[in-house]
Amino acid sequence: MTGCVLSTDNRSYDLTTRNWEFFMRYLPKSPADRVEMLDAIGVPSIDSLFESIPAEYRLTRDLDIPRQHSESEVLDRFRAFAGNVASGDAAELAAAPASRLFASFLGAGAYRHYRPVVIDSLVQRGEFLTSYTPYQPEISQGTLQALFEFQTMICELTGMEIANASMYDGSTGAAESVLMAVRVTGRNGCVVARSVHPEYREVLATTVQHQGIPIAEVGYVRETGRVDLEALAAAITSDTACVLVQSPNFFGTIEDVAALAKVAHEKGALLIVSIAEAVSLGVVKAPVEADIVSLEAQSFGVPVGFGGPYCGVIACKEKFLRQMPGRICGETKDRNGKRGWVLTLSTREQHIRREKATSNICTNQALVSLMVTIFMTVYGKQGMKELAEQNLAKAAYLKSALEKAGAKALFSGPSFNEFAVALPASAESVNAKLLGKQIVGGLALGKWYPELGESAAIWCATELVTKVQMDAAAEAVKG
Amino acid sequence: MSDEKFVGTPRKVTTHVNQNEDLIFEKSSAGKKGYRLAELDVPAVDAAALLGDAVRTDGLGVMPELSEIEIIRHFTRLSTWNYAIDLGMYPLGSCTMKYNPRINEMVARLEGLAEAHPYQPESLSQGALGIMKLLSACLIEITGMDAITLQPAAGAHGEFTGILLARAYHQAQGNPRTKILIPDSAHGTNPATAAVCGYQVANLKSNSEGMVDLAELEKLVTEDVAALMLTNPSTIGVFESDIHKIADILHAKGALLYMDGANMNALCGKTRPGDFGADVMHLNLHKTFSTPHGGGGPGSGPVACKKILEPFLPTPVVVERENGLLGLEFNRPQSVGRVKAWYGNFGMFTRALAYILANGPDGLRQTTEDAVLNANYLRAKLKDTFELPYKAPSLHEVVFSDKLQAKNGVKTGDMGKRLIDYGFHAYTVSFPLVVSGAMMIEPTESESKEELDLLVDALQQIAREAEENPELVQTAPHTTRLQRLDETTAARKPVLRWKAPVAATPLTVDTAAKEW
Repeated sequence: MTGCVLSTDNRSYDLTTRNWEFFMRYLPKSPADRVEMLDAIGVPSIDSLFESIPAEYRLTRDLDIPRQHSESEVLDRFRAFAGNVASGDAAELAAAPASRLFASFLGAGAYRHYRPVVIDSLVQRGEFLTSYTPYQPEISQGTLQALFEFQTMICELTGMEIANASMYDGSTGAAESVLMAVRVTGRNGCVVARSVHPEYREVLATTVQHQGIPIAEVGYVRETGRVDLEALAAAITSDTACVLVQSPNFFGTIEDVAALAKVAHEKGALLIVSIAEAVSLGVVKAPVEADIVSLEAQSFGVPVGFGGPYCGVIACKEKFLRQMPGRICGETKDRNGKRGWVLTLSTREQHIRREKATSNICTNQALVSLMVTIFMTVYGKQGMKELAEQNLAKAAYLKSALEKAGAKALFSGPSFNEFAVALPASAESVNAKLLGKQIVGGLALGKWYPELGESAAIWCATELVTKVQMDAAAEAVKG
Repeated sequence: MSDEKFVGTPRKVTTHVNQNEDLIFEKSSAGKKGYRLAELDVPAVDAAALLGDAVRTDGLGVMPELSEIEIIRHFTRLSTWNYAIDLGMYPLGSCTMKYNPRINEMVARLEGLAEAHPYQPESLSQGALGIMKLLSACLIEITGMDAITLQPAAGAHGEFTGILLARAYHQAQGNPRTKILIPDSAHGTNPATAAVCGYQVANLKSNSEGMVDLAELEKLVTEDVAALMLTNPSTIGVFESDIHKIADILHAKGALLYMDGANMNALCGKTRPGDFGADVMHLNLHKTFSTPHGGGGPGSGPVACKKILEPFLPTPVVVERENGLLGLEFNRPQSVGRVKAWYGNFGMFTRALAYILANGPDGLRQTTEDAVLNANYLRAKLKDTFELPYKAPSLHEVVFSDKLQAKNGVKTGDMGKRLIDYGFHAYTVSFPLVVSGAMMIEPTESESKEELDLLVDALQQIAREAEENPELVQTAPHTTRLQRLDETTAARKPVLRWKAPVAATPLTVDTAAKEW
């Protein structure tokens, strides 16, 4: 060996002083350990372990990324980011408008509900947080039993017979449901309601684009905001595998699931109901007439967190089990007859079936589904209903306050905790005015639904929105 | 105790530090509550009157009713039945089970980030967008690529996105092509991904060293081939030394090199895929960048690519506006479209960036060096105990086989299970498929020498047991709360949800129960 360093960057072990010049606090090795290990391997230096990488591709400089931060520096930087400073520079924090001070009437697929403290307390236990996918069931019964409880509660709430152990989110779950319906029916098209979340529809279009699955869109009735049943019946052909609707839909209007199912089933198509606001299930009838339910469970204890990670889940009739994508947890016994749980039916999955798998999905949302499970347990039988009723009451109050302020409800169909309105002026201008009063108004609809005009917006009120905030917002809308 | 307690699950003496724990539904009692809502400050409404036919009238069936302390105990007890990185080593090859720093969890929960709504105005999202921008810049630098999307939700979702980019690129040249080449050593997600992107899978056989066979590759790469999906280092932990020749062969025919970045933990700070010829790759933030596996997710699978693929990235992308503010750009006519609602698993971006900042360039490099040092140390210590099917130098993981032990009827799966009795998680069993009876070990940088020595001792002891008392290994684990589970029956007669017993008929207490 030439020279006295083990690594080309001059920062590693110095053989003369027997000192590692550099330490990283997550790495559990003493300088002597590294030397001893190199000796055991029989190589002179760390770099000799990288000789299989051709020299011309070995990096001989530092990566051009921020220097190593202490824990307190990391925290300072993220406090600045959290305080709305784009650079993360703590010095700019005082001048930044912090969004957490603002009242918000945004929903549209991401709902801010109260998150009981026990959720974060429990999911941060290292045994949940830092465990791997439960492929070794003997030492993963905690995760597995929680998944089984998750599946059971999802079935109960959605009115379906089986559920998987989660999908990435509601948008990808809806797209996977369509692929599933294509496999189940042997048919090849999908009719999607225009009132399904626009981003879910975009994901669906991306997902199926190379599978030759035609997507037809069906509109809504301008009076009710519900799917146009006649247009739907006309759109379904003998090659339509499924109809995809959302309820409550993107406008907040609750669909007539039974009527939709009738129309779909008469033509031999499956009905997929996507649910973006899970809390609605406490007071809105479960979509029992559907064949497949694709639920976004974010509302159940998952932070809105700038859009993810959330928790999708597919629930369906038992007869479609073998075509359902994603991991599934099932009950069994160990060799002594004790009850336990395992991941099961993996012959559907990519690690066994490779290109013939039901989906390429591997990782799911286990930790987030645990948040959801704890949330459902905390609220339980009584609380799910009470919570949903509070949302209903808040939204009813907001609707009437906005109407008094000159806004008009756009649709007559029943709604849960959000609804579409025509504001007295363009939604953009109203929102700009509200922002000046530290209020984030509802989402402007013009971008996706130009036919509803510039004044159209969807407003949401969960149990966390107060009367004072709603009155202030209505006042600002009026003024 | 009433007889009803014996329905379904006879209670038995615990074989664990805490009580046996029933399902949450079996612990529920009518009338208990674990919540209290805030006082309603607006008039209550009549749900039936507002919703009409749409109102829910069933009683929410099996939903549980418990107090807060019972909920805490239930999930805490369940947690103690899990193995976890916080308890010890996961030598799981290809999974990169490293330490999950707690500062990551703390910063991800800061109110201004956790409570940021994805549709809130850009003026209020500068911090969140700033995180995405800085993380993107770091990952582009680490991979040596030109552009990135953070949108994919996990590694397999990233593969899907990456192959969509490749397809859009070829389409823009006039021909999407028909085939994706995939080595036989690849993860199952690779062929599954090719299929969902509308491609046929052409299998590329490895050479006798487990590497890409250049002659074979040359033969297979035609103008029908859209891309080769290559894991580098390969799933046997070996760097494809001919990587640039591989890229050249592909590029000569207009095909692209897709790199599965699952094994980036072997390369970070030491070499960059963009420099050695990769055109597009995904990263697993839950592997290389320390975001938690959480019992199987959430993941996050950013896709980095070369300039030629940038126009096709999913919408939206983070841009800096003329006024200096960060914003989201949606107008990208050549985009493959959106692969997920909003912007990706943002909470994982926060954690990954905290990890990158905590390390800096020197820390990331030393992390990679230690990961490779650890794997090579295990290889040196165990190479006389287990057969080493491929002799090429290992990077971050080493693959042995059960050939020597299989003579006594002890298989890789048995030894993996027996490892549990020694306080470790099993290594990766029977993967990659190119190695019969594979035992794939990836220690990561997070293991001390002491912990590695314990693993070596355990595996050597298990090898001795395989000779002297094979049955002991074949029936392992012996020390866990549950022993081997009947996976066959679970799949044949699936029980996928709990149902309330029809009538509370007391069962006869079985023999095992009497030990209680």
